[in-house]
Amino acid sequence: MAENPERAVPSDGVPPAEAVGIYKQFGSTLALSGVSLALRPGRCLGLVGRNGAGKSTLVSIMSGIYGPDRGQVLFEGERAPALGDVEAWRNRVATVFQHSMVVPQLTVAENVFLNCQPKRSGMVDWKTMRADTRRVLSEWGFDDVDAAAPCSSLSVEQRQLVEIARALAAGRRCLFLDEPTAALERAEIRRLFDRVRALVASGVAVLYISHHLEEVFEVCDEVAVLRDGEMVLTQETAGLSKDELVAAMVGPDVAASAIMSQNGRDGTGTSMHPDSGRPCLVVEHLSAISPRGPLHDVSLEVRRGERVGVAGLLGAGVATLARAVAGAHPWQSGKIEIDGAPLVPGRPDKALRIGVGFVPEDRRAEGFVRLLGVAENSTMTIVDRLANRLGVVMPRAKAAAARPLAARLSIVSAGLSQPVGELSGGNQQKVTVARALATEPKLVVAIAPTRGVDVASKAALLEALSSLASSDGTAVLLATDDLDDLVICDRVVVLRGGEIVAEFTEPPFDREELIAAIEGLVPNGKVTA
Amino acid sequence: MTQLSSEKDARATTARPPGAEASGRAAADAVLQQTSRQARAVSLVREAALLPVVVLLIIVGALVSNVFLTVSNFSGIGLQASALGVVVVGESLIIMIGGMDLSLEGTYGLAPMVAAWLIVPVAAFGSGADLNPYIGILILILVGALVGVFNGLLIVKGGLNAFIVTLGMTIVLAGLQNGIVKAQTLFSLPSAFSYLGSAYWGQVPVSLVVTVIIFVGVGLFLRYHRGGRAIYAVGGNAEAARAAGINVDRVKIGVYVAGSVLAAIGGLMEAGRVSAVTGQQGYQEGIIFTVFAAAVIGGVSLAGGKGNMVGAATGVVLLSLVQNILDLANVSNYWILAIYGGVILIGLAVSRMIGGKTSQG
Repeated sequence: MAENPERAVPSDGVPPAEAVGIYKQFGSTLALSGVSLALRPGRCLGLVGRNGAGKSTLVSIMSGIYGPDRGQVLFEGERAPALGDVEAWRNRVATVFQHSMVVPQLTVAENVFLNCQPKRSGMVDWKTMRADTRRVLSEWGFDDVDAAAPCSSLSVEQRQLVEIARALAAGRRCLFLDEPTAALERAEIRRLFDRVRALVASGVAVLYISHHLEEVFEVCDEVAVLRDGEMVLTQETAGLSKDELVAAMVGPDVAASAIMSQNGRDGTGTSMHPDSGRPCLVVEHLSAISPRGPLHDVSLEVRRGERVGVAGLLGAGVATLARAVAGAHPWQSGKIEIDGAPLVPGRPDKALRIGVGFVPEDRRAEGFVRLLGVAENSTMTIVDRLANRLGVVMPRAKAAAARPLAARLSIVSAGLSQPVGELSGGNQQKVTVARALATEPKLVVAIAPTRGVDVASKAALLEALSSLASSDGTAVLLATDDLDDLVICDRVVVLRGGEIVAEFTEPPFDREELIAAIEGLVPNGKVTA
Repeated sequence: MTQLSSEKDARATTARPPGAEASGRAAADAVLQQTSRQARAVSLVREAALLPVVVLLIIVGALVSNVFLTVSNFSGIGLQASALGVVVVGESLIIMIGGMDLSLEGTYGLAPMVAAWLIVPVAAFGSGADLNPYIGILILILVGALVGVFNGLLIVKGGLNAFIVTLGMTIVLAGLQNGIVKAQTLFSLPSAFSYLGSAYWGQVPVSLVVTVIIFVGVGLFLRYHRGGRAIYAVGGNAEAARAAGINVDRVKIGVYVAGSVLAAIGGLMEAGRVSAVTGQQGYQEGIIFTVFAAAVIGGVSLAGGKGNMVGAATGVVLLSLVQNILDLANVSNYWILAIYGGVILIGLAVSRMIGGKTSQG
């Protein structure tokens, strides 16, 4: 985090991008109240805060997506362009959003020069466009991306590079990265950090939005904390402790519980349900083909009241195994039984009926219906039970069924009829979990249930999953690539290349050993921690 | 477990000792309930937003012609709007699951054609089967259901594009309809067959009563039946619905079938109204355009997952009033289509402005 000697643009006091006293209200919620923020050339500023703290709102305002109610955005000390003037905004700042904004059907070069293609006599100059793209890509060390390849053929990481290249091609010196690591694997994250450091070293001002505090400490020179729409802390990262940062994010009264979840809950984590002898889930010799990573001859048992983690990298088959168990993915050979009843491959409705609750990995794609309310989404799995003989379901019945779930998961909304699309990411995830728990399942299958949610929501979600096993005797299968999730598990199996390569049976699990097993740094074979 | 995590609540909790939790939560609940009541009021306003336009049209109609504000004119409008309205209900359901069906137009013509062909005598260009008219009505419904099953299977199970499938189907159905009677017009329909489209209870057309019942019934079904809620879920996010255990394919195919059956019933009303079935009923008038326009003006989102029967009914009423006013105003026949189309485009723009953008992010 030392001062950068090669800073191309002198930090002479005029920030390349600055927000001054921003206020923004949505309905009755004050999303931002008097927030100021300044980026400096050759510095990386981390922006952290819980879901709903106002991070996305601030980034959207500073990217020209919508205007502030009060206050203003300045670039190089000048007023920001008019709201609709996309071109002018694009020339000042480049935002790489959490969700990919590349056009998959177009090539890398077309995406990099989208809507600003080099022209020759009024026509698109394809040759120059490709050459310029190649130049930009190699200049920043993105050599593994082919300028002529369609973006649909790229990995998530490469698509992100295309977006960054798009920003850099226009020579912009101001880059906003919104949760850039959310969809990346470990090695990719490493490379991203190297690139961000290189960008910063060359004088680019970077705003780095993240949930992961380690990342902030790793790449950011400064960190700004938003809480409830107010900027509560802006400080150099050097000399700031993680606990201080967490405390600033969650506020004084919930800090304790959040830190507890951060440090693990090893004391309570081992309280096994008495009826632990009976297997609830039996997976035998399961083999499957999937774009999420294949499975080869995987066998696994989960007993009642047991919390089993399945850890591994994205392509290791972790999600495939979980989806197969939830009935959401067919398999080629082997079998799966829930409490002795065979599972029908690829039929989530049947899996649900024999007692599997499912929390899919991508909540936006499969977790909820945006336009429908909290109560309706949470009870979608139990309409059969709520409906009378004629199939009529009264909204009152849905609300009554949803209320205890909402309380259990501390879902916060403006009423149970508020569309889930309007909630923050953490609350959306809680609704997704509520929907899985509504059926009072024998087995809950959760894939990366805390991905992209804030520290406090993460704690609440893990707590809810953990208490299911200890109090209700539910079996929990937790498939994840986030080691923090594993603190609630009684046992962890590690998948690599679609096979179980290690099993850890004694919590607390050693982080180093887990990572070694996940990344394949130790020879295959059962390892018992 | 009791950490409240909204911005509002978190702010409140910081200023409060932990003991005050319960009362604080009650207060927060009260606030939230009030907000949700406000939200409900807002959505009601949005649903009724086209009402001023209806009132405006009635005023315009009254100024244009002194016949407009008569009972007989209104019962005429009701008669005309009924057939359209029933088809709009069907199309709205299909649009709400994120689909589309252009071939409702074809079903609207073919179903009554096949039924009438089996009923009426050879002298009226019938087949000679001389079936009982009630059996004919059953056959009409069956034809509708068959077309719906066929469309549904091709689109849902076959994974084909709904637009192309139903466009092709429209042409096939119109061709069959015309081919069966070799472009003749079937007439002398038995009274049981034409009752629905031509009879009156007092001044009120029977078809209008039936249409209103269908609107109300489907509206209640959408709001209170799990099948109706499944339609919103499937249209809003099919994958989420699937993961929640809803049999998405069955819902979709079911809606295609229901839509086609409703179109067949609409066709029966039209056949009764004009006491004949032409070789081009439906196809000739291009009713599918009006059907889509009424649904979309009524706030049914072509993206799926959004819309309701109050809106769809408003769309039907609006377009029927416009049609009636144009007729009464003695607009030259040569220009009536251009004006009608223009009014529809304006209506779409207005309803878009009133409806506002769908909430994003």
